Amino acid sequence: MSTTLQPQPDVQAGAGGADGAPPSPQQVPAWRLVMTLAVAGSLAGLLIVSVHQWTEPRIMAHRAAAIAAAVDEVLQAPERTETLFVWEGGLTAAPPAGADTARLEKVWAGYDAAGERIGYAVVGGEAGFQDVIRLMFGYDPATQRVMGMRILESKETPGLGDKIFKDEDFVNAFRTAQAPMIPTKPGTGTGDPREVDTITGATISARTVITIINNRIEWLQPLLDGAGGGS
Amino acid sequence: MRATTAQQDLLRGIWRENPVLVQLLGLCPALAVTNTVANGIAMGLASFFVLVCSSILVSLLRHHIPAEVRITAYILIIATFVTLVDMLLAAIVPDIHTALGAFIALIVVNCMILGRQESFAAKRPVHRAALDAIGTGTGFMIAMILLSGVREVLGNGTFLGFPLFGPNFEPWIVMILPPGGFFTLGVLMLTLAWWTQRGVRRPQPRQWPHQVVSRDAATAAGGD
Repeated sequence: MSTTLQPQPDVQAGAGGADGAPPSPQQVPAWRLVMTLAVAGSLAGLLIVSVHQWTEPRIMAHRAAAIAAAVDEVLQAPERTETLFVWEGGLTAAPPAGADTARLEKVWAGYDAAGERIGYAVVGGEAGFQDVIRLMFGYDPATQRVMGMRILESKETPGLGDKIFKDEDFVNAFRTAQAPMIPTKPGTGTGDPREVDTITGATISARTVITIINNRIEWLQPLLDGAGGGS
Repeated sequence: MRATTAQQDLLRGIWRENPVLVQLLGLCPALAVTNTVANGIAMGLASFFVLVCSSILVSLLRHHIPAEVRITAYILIIATFVTLVDMLLAAIVPDIHTALGAFIALIVVNCMILGRQESFAAKRPVHRAALDAIGTGTGFMIAMILLSGVREVLGNGTFLGFPLFGPNFEPWIVMILPPGGFFTLGVLMLTLAWWTQRGVRRPQPRQWPHQVVSRDAATAAGGD
């Protein structure tokens, strides 16, 4: 069998069938086709796994730093934080041995200098106008007050929907809002602390942010009761 | 088939056969991620890396890849380098990686890259394939910077994040939305066409000698 080709002359790009083109079908047995792809696939896999080994710890470190920064923001710079895992209808800092903590849902508790718990940071996400909006918010169950909100992931329309994280008035509204929040058309509020003004031109995105937080507070409350939290 | 020089291989893709502005290849990422210059440069660099590495490897292996599985092999090679770029961007510049989203993975199916493998790298020695890839990748990068530069300046009033105008500037939001990508691409193509066609004389209408009469006129005059 001869599949080795001779060097080819330089020809204009785009032309096919030049001397040195790949071997003709009659010359190549099936086992060689399989071997070519098997070897190529193995080498590709080896290369990818090698680079993955180098990049994975760095990617995980970036994610952890992003989460830590978000927790710090939405809980208004707590003195100390503690990672809690959702386990059997409650929250626990130490899930049983054998539990895959990487897959367990997490909530972060923040504490002040006196060691008092000031609130919980919770991640949530739902479909917005273009794609899923993921965010983290801080919540104080004792006062039922939202402490802050940070968008973690959003592909909302630039210039319109992205105001959910670029509009400071909208973002700051979540530092004092009372739960459950009520989306309100700007300028029509009645002074109710539960009202949060939506954004003109980004009503769906803004309403989604409020809905996500309301739904996640509903989800969180039984967990706090189960964990003896909420005070 | 016309022979080309190494210099032509390098320069061809930069301007005369620019993959985006002339050949209209790779338009999906070119229009999707060019709402900021940083995204445009990142996508340009990622595509450049994949194109050059893939072309070198395809050229090196061109005598060992049977014709029946060549497209599969090219896609495998391209996908490998795209995966590496994806992981490296996530590890080194996570913000850019997040901004580019799925479009990094979609470099695998960028017809500009597969096209250069099939039409050039698979038939040329390594150094010529590398020169062609460098030229084409540079041309792609230039197009990405032009597109993203116009869109970010007009659509956001900034360049690479630095504000260019005063607080009274009202951004043209449409420029960073999908229609702005098409507008900008159209204007750039028109400009390029004007530039390349300037000074070219249009052929004048043919002047017939007076003694030659048209067939219709001859028939009307009782001719054959």
